[in-house]
Amino acid sequence: MSNTDIEIVVEDPSAPEADSPQVASVRAVDVVVCLLLLALALTLGYDNWRTGAGWETTGPQSGYFPFYLSIILGGASLYGLVAAFLSRKEASEVFVTRAQLRRVMAVLVPTVLFCLAMQFLGLYVASFLLIAGFMRMVGKIALWKSLLTAFVFTAVMFVTFDIAFDVIMPKGPLEAALGR
Amino acid sequence: MEALGLLMHGFAVLLTWKTLLLMMLGLVLGIFVGVLPGLGGPNGVAILLPLTFTMDPTSAIVMLSCIYWGALFGGAITSILFNIPGEAWSVATTFDGYPMAQQGRAAEALTAAFTSSFIGSLVAVMLITFLAPMISSFALKFGPPEFFAVYLLTFCSFVGLGREAKHKTVISMSLGLLLAGIGMDTVSGQLRMTFGSAELLRGVNFLVAVIGLFGISEILLTMEERLALRGHAAGISLRVVLSVWKDLPKYWVTLFRSSFIGCWLGITPGGAIAASFMGYNLAKRFSKDQDSFGKGRIEGVFAPETAAHASGTAALLPMLALGIPGSGTAAILLGGLMVWGLNPGPLLFVEHKDFVWGLIASMYLGNVVGLVLVLTTVPIFASILRVPFAAVAPMIVVSCAIGAYAIQNAMFDIWLMLGFGVVGYAFKKIGIPLAPFTLALVLGNRAEDAFRLSMIGSGGDMKVFWSNGLVGSITTLAIVLLFWPVIDKAFGSVTRMLRPAKA
Repeated sequence: MSNTDIEIVVEDPSAPEADSPQVASVRAVDVVVCLLLLALALTLGYDNWRTGAGWETTGPQSGYFPFYLSIILGGASLYGLVAAFLSRKEASEVFVTRAQLRRVMAVLVPTVLFCLAMQFLGLYVASFLLIAGFMRMVGKIALWKSLLTAFVFTAVMFVTFDIAFDVIMPKGPLEAALGR
Repeated sequence: MEALGLLMHGFAVLLTWKTLLLMMLGLVLGIFVGVLPGLGGPNGVAILLPLTFTMDPTSAIVMLSCIYWGALFGGAITSILFNIPGEAWSVATTFDGYPMAQQGRAAEALTAAFTSSFIGSLVAVMLITFLAPMISSFALKFGPPEFFAVYLLTFCSFVGLGREAKHKTVISMSLGLLLAGIGMDTVSGQLRMTFGSAELLRGVNFLVAVIGLFGISEILLTMEERLALRGHAAGISLRVVLSVWKDLPKYWVTLFRSSFIGCWLGITPGGAIAASFMGYNLAKRFSKDQDSFGKGRIEGVFAPETAAHASGTAALLPMLALGIPGSGTAAILLGGLMVWGLNPGPLLFVEHKDFVWGLIASMYLGNVVGLVLVLTTVPIFASILRVPFAAVAPMIVVSCAIGAYAIQNAMFDIWLMLGFGVVGYAFKKIGIPLAPFTLALVLGNRAEDAFRLSMIGSGGDMKVFWSNGLVGSITTLAIVLLFWPVIDKAFGSVTRMLRPAKA
């Protein structure tokens, strides 16, 4: 049986280094998230109180349910804030190292640009640019392979969604020029 | 048996070339999603959901559930061949599966994994076939107070029985419930928490949130890791399959035990992850030769896989019968049902018989077709891993964007998805669980409606939740489960105090 075994080896040229310095500890992020949640709870709580969080003869007003949920959320995040401050374990845990952050940004930034470009160029052109660009810049894959993959994938998506299933996507000048 | 007749009818609905083709397509896409790093069952179903918007509900749900089965099968491939669990519930499979692959017994391990997945799902589907109609006809008598009590029970058991820090589960759940409340209040028609924004008027769409939380955030998380991998590729020959199957009866106790654990944990929101570990640990504990576990024992593959799949399938039971999903993926399927205007819950069995039994029949058929498909095509799928992640990642981003946009044709949803992606990334890293959030977001409005309708019915009297034996015991059970850790601790200290006194 073992003679049909083939090794599969995939290399990762831009892997993050293991000894990269940390950017933030889990505790720091936990504290920030709890503060943000607390702020959200206060905002939503206030808005619901304004809407009416009382009790009418017919039952609760529309702000009642969310108002008390805001209080629960606020309470839990306050507890989380204290717990995070006191936790020694979280202080020693690494949330993200610099090399990891660089890699995460390498996806996040192109994704944000893609969403921006989508509004002007339409989804399909933006997809082509994202895939080709990402494969070339981040993956260091040969240009012709990147362009070809991006073109084939975008074309398949266009045929599937726009032609076969009639799902409408944002479109830009190129589609307009082609009359779709 | 009425159920059997209806099931046969369900098979009749399914056995058309078009449905079978969709089934194969769904399975292939599902295995694909399960094998690829950075994608899994819930993400796959969420991203591919828009594909089904233009189909009729039965074809759509057949395809979606097949994607789900496919993803379940696919998770086992990477954990055995590469020691990379595609899903959290495949972690236990790597314990014995990967050593087997190293010993050159990859084909055996894969056959064992697929076969036991098949058995686990089959047991759970049979349970659904006979239990779901009974539960739903019982639940037809439920009024708003009973429904609210059941929702409360679901939420409370997540908090009380979850393994994460309690306050983090509470944060996740209350946030989900709050976001579900954004937009127009369905009872009074008043606007809430929109802050004058026209975009927020529609509310936060559940599927958009899920695509961001699971799809985008998973890519961010995957990028952090070193993506180099090394593993074995194996073809499965008929001879190996038959020899593994011939030995199956020897392991019937393990298979039965794991199926039972899986079904139980799948119905209660304990989840497939807990089930797979429990299945593995129990198989180890009851084994005569405990030391051989972890070194490539076939039982160590059977036990967790059977449990995980039984649980993944059984999670659909409460979703169909009561409208309460037992897992994240079930929640997404539920979201899908609502897109087609189907209201999951007891009425589904009365109003949409064709649909329900078509779905249940597709579970049987999907599993059989899936088993054959994975056994024959493993080498192809294993080689998908050769595709560099730098090519896969942007394609997933594009698919996510298409999915998020297609739901309501709104550009705002794309940004919302991106926001949820970042939130999901941070939440996962600081240990805030996402499953309660998903569940709360999909059930939030129904829970609130049930609460307010019961309040209107009772004239604002909270005693309605203890007005009869049924609703009273569900509500009480919910509260007991909410405080379960405290009660458990109290019991523990009481018995500890009593024991020295006795001795």
